[in-house]
Amino acid sequence: MSKITIKEAKKQYGDVTVIEGLNLEIRDGELFTLLGPSGCGKTTLLRMIAGFNSIEGGDFYFNEERINDKEPSKRNIGMVFQNYAIFPHLTVEKNVAFGLKNRKLPKDEIRRETARFLEMMQIEQYADRLPENLSGGQQQRVALARALVIKPDVLLMDEPLSNLDAKLRMEMRQAIRRIQREVGITTVYVTHDQEEAMSISDTIAVMNAGKIQHIGTPREIYQRPANVFVATFIGRTNVLSGRMEKGTLLLVDTARFSRTAWNGVPDGPVQVSVRPEEFVIHPLSDGAEGLPAVLKDSVYLGLNTHFYLRLSSGDAVEVIKESVLDDTLHPGDSVILTLKEEKINIFSEDGSKNYLR
Amino acid sequence: MRQNHRRFRLDVWGWTTITILLLYGLFLLYPLGLLLKMAFSDGMHFTLSHFVRFFSRPYYSITLINSFKVSFMAALLSVLVGVTLGYFMSMYQIAGSRILRMCIVMATMSAPFVGAYAWIMLLGRSGVITRFLSGLFGITMPNIYGFNGILLVFTTQLFPLVFLYVQGAMSKMDASLLEAAENMGCTGVKRFFTVVLPLIAPTVLAGALLVFVRAVSDFGTPMLIGEGYRTFTVILYNEFVGEVSQNKGFASAISILAILITMVVYFSQNLAASKSAVSMNVMRRIEKKKLRGLSAFLVHLLIYAVVFISILPQLYVVYTSFLKTSGQIYVKGYSMQSYANMFSRLGRSIQNTLIIPALSLLVVVLLAVLIAYVAVRRRNALSGAVDMISMIPYVIPGTVVGIAMISAFNRKPLVLTGGMLIMVVALVVRRLPYTIRSSVAILQQIPLYVEEAALSLGSSKLKAFFEITLPMMAPGVFAGAILSWVTLISELSTAILLYTGRTQTLTVAIYTQIIRGNYGIASAMATVLTVMTFISLLLFNRISKDGDITL
Ligand SMILES: Nc1ncnc2c1ncn2[C@@H]1O[C@H](COP(=O)(O)OP(=O)(O)OP(=O)(O)O)[C@@H](O)[C@H]1O
Ligand SMILES: [Mg+2]
Repeated sequence: MSKITIKEAKKQYGDVTVIEGLNLEIRDGELFTLLGPSGCGKTTLLRMIAGFNSIEGGDFYFNEERINDKEPSKRNIGMVFQNYAIFPHLTVEKNVAFGLKNRKLPKDEIRRETARFLEMMQIEQYADRLPENLSGGQQQRVALARALVIKPDVLLMDEPLSNLDAKLRMEMRQAIRRIQREVGITTVYVTHDQEEAMSISDTIAVMNAGKIQHIGTPREIYQRPANVFVATFIGRTNVLSGRMEKGTLLLVDTARFSRTAWNGVPDGPVQVSVRPEEFVIHPLSDGAEGLPAVLKDSVYLGLNTHFYLRLSSGDAVEVIKESVLDDTLHPGDSVILTLKEEKINIFSEDGSKNYLR
Repeated sequence: MRQNHRRFRLDVWGWTTITILLLYGLFLLYPLGLLLKMAFSDGMHFTLSHFVRFFSRPYYSITLINSFKVSFMAALLSVLVGVTLGYFMSMYQIAGSRILRMCIVMATMSAPFVGAYAWIMLLGRSGVITRFLSGLFGITMPNIYGFNGILLVFTTQLFPLVFLYVQGAMSKMDASLLEAAENMGCTGVKRFFTVVLPLIAPTVLAGALLVFVRAVSDFGTPMLIGEGYRTFTVILYNEFVGEVSQNKGFASAISILAILITMVVYFSQNLAASKSAVSMNVMRRIEKKKLRGLSAFLVHLLIYAVVFISILPQLYVVYTSFLKTSGQIYVKGYSMQSYANMFSRLGRSIQNTLIIPALSLLVVVLLAVLIAYVAVRRRNALSGAVDMISMIPYVIPGTVVGIAMISAFNRKPLVLTGGMLIMVVALVVRRLPYTIRSSVAILQQIPLYVEEAALSLGSSKLKAFFEITLPMMAPGVFAGAILSWVTLISELSTAILLYTGRTQTLTVAIYTQIIRGNYGIASAMATVLTVMTFISLLLFNRISKDGDITL
């Protein structure tokens, strides 16, 4: 059980600075997810917490204890590696029991716990096999069982489910969540998969280029992203440029929208993020006031239909609408788009600040 | 590979690094330093007189040129034979290729001086072939003693090194490379020279260097078959233990020169190899083609002839061990007499040939694995130093190692001469560079994160090494150890300087019997050695998955 605090962390590989001035606080017992594009430094940060990467600056704490110089083996962490790191010369069972043996537990307890986790990960039938005879997904589950069975204070997982099929992924996700809750393990979870991050996390940190962009609950991150990067990285969105004038938003020169909540937004050019579901499409005959647009294409996906339109400014936008029985819209039709104003986000011109947070 | 442990840390591995460095200081740098000091001293003062003496008298200075010339030619011929055979046997289906390979390996795994001895019995003044040919046709064979003989022995013994290197490189070459060349109309000899040779060039150079190093430091062959053609190892030995006159300062000076020569060759090879280095990625191995008609016949003839010539000395030695002897000469008929006579002359040499190499091997493997580990996984200034120092013995001839050891450890504070320990130390120092290189290669194949997983599961650094990393290295290291074993049991040039009655090894015993003219007994002993080698190689073939031999 540990709270993790990271202050002004810095990591360099040779002359290349990969992480700089990174601050984080991970609450005791929460599932904290690092989300970010490939190469942004997620694995690097995780390995710094684990103690496998040297730390070029800053302080790392488990609770009040500074751990910068503590041996990895003494940190009581469980780690699931991006490439599994299964011991190839040990059977599945011995792999899982390895950490328990290091903790000098009684023999029968080791056997019992090992069996319990093998079963939980649905790999008990492979207990006596060598890892080279397992599929990628099976190996990944061995890695999971091996990290979980030691009931660590801190669990570090680097894309632990990346090689599983959709069904297994769901099941494992729930298993991880359940054990993590049960034991109250502080967990740092790295993933590429947004849906996974959304469904499993208490808190998500979105990273880009070695910097934390936004820390918040899944809901906060989706609804009120800290900047344009987060808005575009999480979910889909349309980014339009516009102007604020005394609480009124001008889009494509002509369309005006206003809300009292926007009164605090300074006048001048802004960037606006409108998610596909935050547009409403009106036929011209409705007489609604908004953005004129022409329908280019649509894709029916069952529950929803995606519409691709072109604004009068030339910008392409995507709109998602719940499918209806018989769609009357056809490519080439002119329509008017209005906004669900309470949901959209308005950013500074450079995209670095959300005025509505 | 993530490398971020650049700073030196005083943990288990820090201490290991320091310990190894101290061992090297005591058993390598100190003896070499002493050698250097002796080379420049007349006992009291600094002097260049040893070097002046060496270079002013052609009797001495010619030996360096002789050594260089014969070793260089041996390397050249070995490349010619080794590349040809290696290429043919990788490209074409050759009948009996497994047995051929085994014979080729056997040829290189025996002590070179035994080969020299066998060739003397075959082609020498009263050799069987010589007498047969002159008796029947009146043909006189070219003189086997001197340059020609040494070159013959070296080439037949050492071309297998190049052969094995080439086969290794060919197995890493993707078949599509050859097919692409063929598509562009480049086939046969042209393809060999424009595509294959450039790709395997670095490997061939490495093999050539190994041949040169082995040849230049060999002592027994020029001693037996060289006669008037003196190499520096011969005068080195004579100057150091010579019955006529002993001059240790002078011997030290020659040693320094010998090291310099090998070093120059070593660095020029490194330079050439790094310039031509290519990385290959094999997806599909080359499929061996079937040859037809005349070309099939010629290729088979060539390969079988070469293999027969190179294995002939050993076969003949085994054969002569069963001949009846009377006194020193062979007489008509067969008997086990030589074996019976052998036992009284053996002393403890069979035990010694088991114990000394076994002890050395244990230490070599342990140190090599540790050194490889700190060099690969704990890169810092200190482990870099260990890595560099460990390669020094690669360029030091065995005779020089022997001389350095005696000079350093026949006096207080540490007297080791006369015991087994000094032989073990010398063998360890000599064999380490090879085993370290192969351990490094093995370790580089093992991803670091597996070890990190062990650490994250609470095991200590040492435990992670012994329980995880080492077992993963074990198959490769073990296969390498068997080959080391084979080279250790056939080692002569260091042992001949360091042995005493109690620590005499089989090779020393064989050499002594040859010198005394007890050919039957020598053959019997050599046969015992051959059998030991053969059994070891069989073991290697069973253990190593693909029978790949890396030296
Ligand atoms: N040992 C190393 N030496 C030099 N650069 C490195 C090293 N390891 C990682 N990097 C660089 O640091 C950056 C961050 O890498 P990291 O592995 O942390 O990314 P990641 O966010 O985990 O990516 P992915 O999602 O693809 O796993 C990358 O630009 C990478 O190239
Ligand atoms: Mg990663």
